[in-house]
Amino acid sequence: MTQNVSITLQNTDEGRGIIAAIMADNPDAVANRYPAMTKIDCPGRLVMNRETISTELGRDYDLQELNLTLVCLSGNVDEDDDRLLIAWNA
Amino acid sequence: MALDIKTNALDQRRQTFAHIARRLGEDRPASRYEEATFDLQPGGAHHYRPTWDPAHELYDASRTGIVLADWYVLKDPRQFYYGTYTIARARMMEAAEKALSFVEKRNGFAAIAPEWQDTIRFYLLPLRHVEWGANMNACSITDLGFGAAITQATMFTATDRLGIAQIIGRIGLIAGGGQALDEGKRVWMDAPEWQPMRRLVEDSLVISDWFEMFVAQFLALDGLLYPLVYDLFDLAGQAHGASSLSMMTEFMVDWRDEVTRWIDAVLRATARESDANRDHLGRWFAHWEQRAAEALAPLATRVLGEAGIDALAGLRGELAKRAAGLGIPVGQ
Amino acid sequence: MTTTTTQSPRAKKLGIKERYSYLTRGLDWEPSYQPREKIFPYTDYEGIRIHDWDKFEDPFRLTMDAYWKFQAEKERRLYAVIDSFAQNNGQMNVTDARYINALKIFLTAVSPLEYAAHRSYAHVGRHFDGVGPRIACQMQAIDELRHAQTQIHTISHFNKFFDGLHDPWHMFSRVWYLSVPKSFFEDAMSAGPFEFLTAISFSFEYVLTSLLFVPFMSGAAYNGDMATVTFGFSAQSDESRHMTLGLEIIKFMLEQDEGNVPIVQKWIDKWFWRGYRLLSIVAMMMDYMLPKKIMSWKEAWEIYFEQGGGALFTDLARYGIRLPKYHEIASAEKDHYSHQAWSTFYQYTHAAAFHTWLPDAGEEAWMREKYPESYDRLYAPRYAHWGAEADEGKRFYNNGLPQLCQVCQVPAFFTEANDPTRISLRTCEHEGEHYHFCSDGCRDIFLDEPEKYVQAWLPVHQIYQGNCGGATVPEVLDWYHLNGGADNLDYKGSPDEALWQSWQASKAGTGT
Repeated sequence: MTQNVSITLQNTDEGRGIIAAIMADNPDAVANRYPAMTKIDCPGRLVMNRETISTELGRDYDLQELNLTLVCLSGNVDEDDDRLLIAWNA
Repeated sequence: MALDIKTNALDQRRQTFAHIARRLGEDRPASRYEEATFDLQPGGAHHYRPTWDPAHELYDASRTGIVLADWYVLKDPRQFYYGTYTIARARMMEAAEKALSFVEKRNGFAAIAPEWQDTIRFYLLPLRHVEWGANMNACSITDLGFGAAITQATMFTATDRLGIAQIIGRIGLIAGGGQALDEGKRVWMDAPEWQPMRRLVEDSLVISDWFEMFVAQFLALDGLLYPLVYDLFDLAGQAHGASSLSMMTEFMVDWRDEVTRWIDAVLRATARESDANRDHLGRWFAHWEQRAAEALAPLATRVLGEAGIDALAGLRGELAKRAAGLGIPVGQ
Repeated sequence: MTTTTTQSPRAKKLGIKERYSYLTRGLDWEPSYQPREKIFPYTDYEGIRIHDWDKFEDPFRLTMDAYWKFQAEKERRLYAVIDSFAQNNGQMNVTDARYINALKIFLTAVSPLEYAAHRSYAHVGRHFDGVGPRIACQMQAIDELRHAQTQIHTISHFNKFFDGLHDPWHMFSRVWYLSVPKSFFEDAMSAGPFEFLTAISFSFEYVLTSLLFVPFMSGAAYNGDMATVTFGFSAQSDESRHMTLGLEIIKFMLEQDEGNVPIVQKWIDKWFWRGYRLLSIVAMMMDYMLPKKIMSWKEAWEIYFEQGGGALFTDLARYGIRLPKYHEIASAEKDHYSHQAWSTFYQYTHAAAFHTWLPDAGEEAWMREKYPESYDRLYAPRYAHWGAEADEGKRFYNNGLPQLCQVCQVPAFFTEANDPTRISLRTCEHEGEHYHFCSDGCRDIFLDEPEKYVQAWLPVHQIYQGNCGGATVPEVLDWYHLNGGADNLDYKGSPDEALWQSWQASKAGTGT
């Protein structure tokens, strides 16, 4: 069975754009909405692309800005300039 | 709504926390700095002795020879708590960022006379290792120091020094890419002019009394190094067209001016308390100021030529005056 | 070699990994004037073997320029909310003043741990040999200071109106139940650097902290406390970095040497249990102290430990790491944990700096729905009995002093995992003295390191030994700086309740 990775983001306007980008890039992702935050689960791995987020937000997005919106995550993280990957290695 | 506000003012039971009111002598509104600082370090009985230092309690005033009746006299005149600190640094960094990208875009470093470019790489790039040593010392004081007033300010200093090391690193990248940084490290490890400094930094890392470490790093070493490098070396560079470097090191100049107010406040309050404290400070200052002067002499000579030794002597005179002004016995 | 002065005017911008490596890894050097062991004296004695510190990977490659920039932005946003919350009298808009009691526990039990984390991460941030972990720990050290201070600044406003918040640091070092969080963290701080990171970065931050922050902050949002939501979420974005440090350091130890595996497993077992016991207080906050409830302790345990933790430990299995020992006990206790904790504080609230109460009819319906196995059978009858006593003017306060567990310091009120009607009690003898424990988990921890746990400052023992201000309850409460009749006792009849009702009345009066 593939284990879920997850990321939780604040329900801010930026958070909304990032969540939309994640949902577009990860067809298996499921978004759970709670008061003030959204938890996204995805089997095995989840990718966040700078390009998609930039399109959603209508401006150039720096992945390090995630620091302002992130609440919680579960999985191994690998980050470079253009994408952030959360995955279980197994 | 006006009525609500009025009701509320009456309902308010207290203005601040009781431990703050005890310090202020009355219950009145306290500053964010006061509420974020006073008595934050836990007192009372501690449960277990640290396995890494069983001779002491987790928080233990006896880790230094300095004695203060109340460690919260070591207040920070900048009133930095985390929020004011990061906002102040973000502002300074924004200016530094502009300077770095300005110089990089216009290839400003190449406009400096070629032999002075070599001089800069020689004296500036190894300093990021000195900053890294300062970072470790500031971190060490945050670990072992006593009271939240001094240890939060040293925490900020620790990240300051890492930040400065990284600004120097970025200047290095502009001044010759990763290769220049590698060469800077080789110089730091092997160049004879740098060895007394490296020895001093390594020796400072193992000072066992944290307050002695404070004096050695922030008063003695920084007190000579900063004016020598960022004032005198910089001034000498102007004749070689090094104004682009001045732009990139403005952060360090502003930082030194700001942080000096805090260092002096800490030392003044400590010296004021007792003869025994003044004794310690005087002894530590004499020892480490001498070491710092010896470590800087070969660099001063290399950069400023024969004028270097006189220049350093001038700085030593000024530093001695500053220390004496803080109540530290100097020159017996 | 002399570096050349010719540089391409438009050098290629360095990628984040390359840039990070130049600006951080390059800072360190091999010392030659002082022995390495003297500069880094603490990384050997725990038996962890590291062969190559450079193999440590810090996934969030933050340099100080970016750190200052993002953190300053977070602080600006947060303090704008705190200021406007105060100006708009946000304290009047929470769901109910009972909610404030969760903040009282938070400020007196959690904020001091943030401060302790600040100091202990400075300790490891100085003493790890490798640059990568050293910098990650330093950033966490300053972040933790942030958390302590933003919590103080947020809750400072509530302190102006409500009781129980007025002397948090004094209380942290003295009040009986606060020795639970204090001893927890001091246990970690007094350990070596690798155990410390396993304890706090991994077992607490990675495995358990989501249980504290995520439901609690979401709960604060649900209960109209926007200031707390803001500091909570703002802190969580730092936590994500901290959690990642926890996972990376564990993988690093496990990958460096096979001999590290059993040591790390032992620490994971210990710190899972230590952290789980600490969270008994959180369980009760979630189920009883949030007037509008977000999720039950049991649900949170299932989502964040059984599922989230399950995925984590499946991933770690390839290193030979298994789920922490006694995790099945924790899962068996999930139907009871919050109820047993609340029942205990209900009895001892005369000696606590927060109020307790019995759940109302609506809350009982929620409990029944969330805890069909246990609530009606075991806890509802107890509350009905206490309710009847209170109605007769005989609100029950327990005047005996409880037996504390030598390790977790929680009163021994937990029951056997297979029999919720029998108190779980364990003992052992060490050097002629008897020691008492709440569980096999705590007893195991003692037996592995008795020389440490015999040092514990147990509040009940200390009261009996006369070290807490005197022999009577009022004397002890004075020594705690607890204002009798205001900070303590039932919510019903408290000054907090009276104030809240006056606000409700004035709202009703001026609202039309």
